[in-house]
Amino acid sequence: MKQFEPLTRKFDAQPVRYLVVDDSVFARKSLARLIESFGGVLVGEAGDGVSAIAEYTRTKPDLVLMDITMPQMEGIEAVERIVQEHPEARIVMVSSVGYQDNILAALQKGARHFVQKPVKPDALYEIIRYVLNDDGVTAPAAAGENSR
Amino acid sequence: MRMDLIQPFIGSLDAVLAEMMKAPANIADMTMEEEGYCRKGTAAVVAFNGQIEGRIILDMDPAAAAYVAGLLAGTEVDPAEPMVSEAVCELANMVIGNAVTQLNDRGFQFKVLPPSILNEEQCAKAGQDSEATILCFETQHGVVYLNIAMHYLARRSHDHAPVAVA
Repeated sequence: MKQFEPLTRKFDAQPVRYLVVDDSVFARKSLARLIESFGGVLVGEAGDGVSAIAEYTRTKPDLVLMDITMPQMEGIEAVERIVQEHPEARIVMVSSVGYQDNILAALQKGARHFVQKPVKPDALYEIIRYVLNDDGVTAPAAAGENSR
Repeated sequence: MRMDLIQPFIGSLDAVLAEMMKAPANIADMTMEEEGYCRKGTAAVVAFNGQIEGRIILDMDPAAAAYVAGLLAGTEVDPAEPMVSEAVCELANMVIGNAVTQLNDRGFQFKVLPPSILNEEQCAKAGQDSEATILCFETQHGVVYLNIAMHYLARRSHDHAPVAVA
């Protein structure tokens, strides 16, 4: 698998901490491999929206990768609840269902971006960089740009 | 069954398999079936409801299913391993999700439910209540079937728009 320039947190230069939420074990494994290739650390996993809320509170990740279609509680509702309690939460939706109404609903509830499955590693890397840089977490190249 | 509703599923399967397997999928056969569906290998079913209701079965022969599981797991997978079923579910999720995205963006409003493995009981019921279109795709790594049964229940949102009168 292609290795990317590691993404690190601007304030302490530590690897970015991720929470992955998807009802598919394979999707979680696949995202975990991508996170590793981005130089990140997987701090938690959840298979539905309810568990995602609990895992967020427990792990306080830098970034959440969240599926939409899941049992018990769907991703968009989980985003709303997490953002209500943690307005600083940075959540990127990762779903095969990417129609406009769905994306709009997720963004309105507080998600920062959307990636459609199957995930293209380069696209996800750029989106994560963009989303994290906005809140003081950055990749080396972006850090260079900011210090100018 | 309306071909304009089926076409996005064909395009989506082709695109997702091409992205994952790095090889094209060719349609080898297309049939209509009204009897109960007998799965050919490992099959996942995804139901949806809204303006379009129905279900789609993604059915992969053992070699193709194991190959996809290996790609998703990042390691070689034996066709008998339980994780193969999970992999077929995830592939179904991607194929059907991408097609549903296209249909929703064209004005058909409906929602997808999470995929599940098609067991023997569901298999027997799968074709009893509606006519299904079964598409057979050939890939370099085995055969993939797409069994589509859907009803078009309502007009699209923009079909309801008032027509300007000259």
